[in-house]
Amino acid sequence: MPFDSPELILRYLSSARFFDAALMTMLISLCSLAGGMLAGLAVALAQEARFAPLRGLAIGYLWLFRGTPVLFQLIFVFNVLPAFGVVLSGFACAVLALSLNEGAYMAEIMRSGIGAVGRGQRMAARALGMQEWQVMRWVVLPQALRIIIPPIGNQFIGMLKLSALVSVIAVEELLLVANQTASSNFRYLEALTAAGIYYLGMTTVFMVLQALLERALRRRGRAAAIRKLSFTQRMLGATADAGRVR
Amino acid sequence: MSDPLLSARGIRKSYGALEVLRGVDLAVGRGECLCVVGPSGSGKSTLLRCLNLLEPIQAGAILFEGEDIAQAQRSRAAGIRRRIGMVFQNFELFQHLSARENIALAPIRVKGEPRALAMERAQHLLAKVHLPDKGDAFPDELSGGQQQRVAIARALAMEPALMLYDEPTSALDPETVGEVLQVMQELAEEGTTSVVVTHEMGFARRAATRVIFMDDGVAVHEAPPERFFARDASVPERLARFLGRLEH
Repeated sequence: MPFDSPELILRYLSSARFFDAALMTMLISLCSLAGGMLAGLAVALAQEARFAPLRGLAIGYLWLFRGTPVLFQLIFVFNVLPAFGVVLSGFACAVLALSLNEGAYMAEIMRSGIGAVGRGQRMAARALGMQEWQVMRWVVLPQALRIIIPPIGNQFIGMLKLSALVSVIAVEELLLVANQTASSNFRYLEALTAAGIYYLGMTTVFMVLQALLERALRRRGRAAAIRKLSFTQRMLGATADAGRVR
Repeated sequence: MSDPLLSARGIRKSYGALEVLRGVDLAVGRGECLCVVGPSGSGKSTLLRCLNLLEPIQAGAILFEGEDIAQAQRSRAAGIRRRIGMVFQNFELFQHLSARENIALAPIRVKGEPRALAMERAQHLLAKVHLPDKGDAFPDELSGGQQQRVAIARALAMEPALMLYDEPTSALDPETVGEVLQVMQELAEEGTTSVVVTHEMGFARRAATRVIFMDDGVAVHEAPPERFFARDASVPERLARFLGRLEH
């Protein structure tokens, strides 16, 4: 390791280029997660629908987006959509592809959360005169959300790392910038270490936020719904199987 | 009974090949407390869920406040259920809400009542079920009997014309059964019309205006409590056997 490595790593870490790239990574991850949650909720609700074609559509979506590699989906959106006259920026392509992909996984997480809220809770809500959408909105979803926070935390951390794939469609995110920087002077160790530190920093911040959120929600509504994960389990990315709410 | 609040005629309900209700007739007048008793699996709970349209029926008529509601569309069924409160065996309080919020949720979301007013009324209802200082408690911080009393208050918050109780004390520890029956009896004495499916014969004796015996999907016998529990020839044999079994 060259004697000036630590200094170079520090210089990269504090450079505007790396900082902007990390910001881009964070932005893509947040937007894609939000998009994925919306798509996932829509698909999960569609699977519950009484209207059969809607259920079929949801299953088709899951089949398509879980059945092909996310890298394929990225390249497809970036290169094929323009042929149909849809020209999007690299950033928009990245968020679109990652959201659609994430939606498929989110849908399954949301469905498990919705399923974990007992039938009796729905019946009690209906007995009070609520319409089906009100039952979902005011009784089922608030409880389901508490249950699925740990798996959603996993998905977000996964998304931060998945966003590195976006470098193939030339979005200036962290990995692309590190790679470009290194190839100009062949100092791979330093550039990649700086990028790695940024990744770890971002995942750490998010893990702390998740823990705080869980604790706040547990205090409000103790609903045994949120199963506590040990630090080790969290580091290993264990998915909490949702605790059953009566 | 010239003008019953709710009456059911010839209700039939089956799950697949299993016929649970085989032509049930029943009527509840305003201010009455009707107790429904009978062995497990006789269709009592199913009957209650049919009366407020939580379960569709295959045949028969349900008249509530003079109109036939048996075939009501989904959206209208929700409107009818606002007028019929229901209390479940397992309480089914909403786990993510405090006791007060549980009570206020439907008035706010279904009736569109202002939040402050709904919360204030919830507090009055908590006092009515003798839990004035449990408003901020969450369901898992309350005993079974307390939860069930909150559930009663939650149903009352919609100001229903009729209350249905589905074995409200069957899931309770023996020492908390009394406090729930007490509240139910007070409500009955105030004139709240109610249909109570129960195994508590003592409650039926004290609070019911009439008692119905159900067996095998049919309402077999019906009488005011003093005659229902009498040990004479007017009591059908099936009922005598059922009551006899309870004493052992």
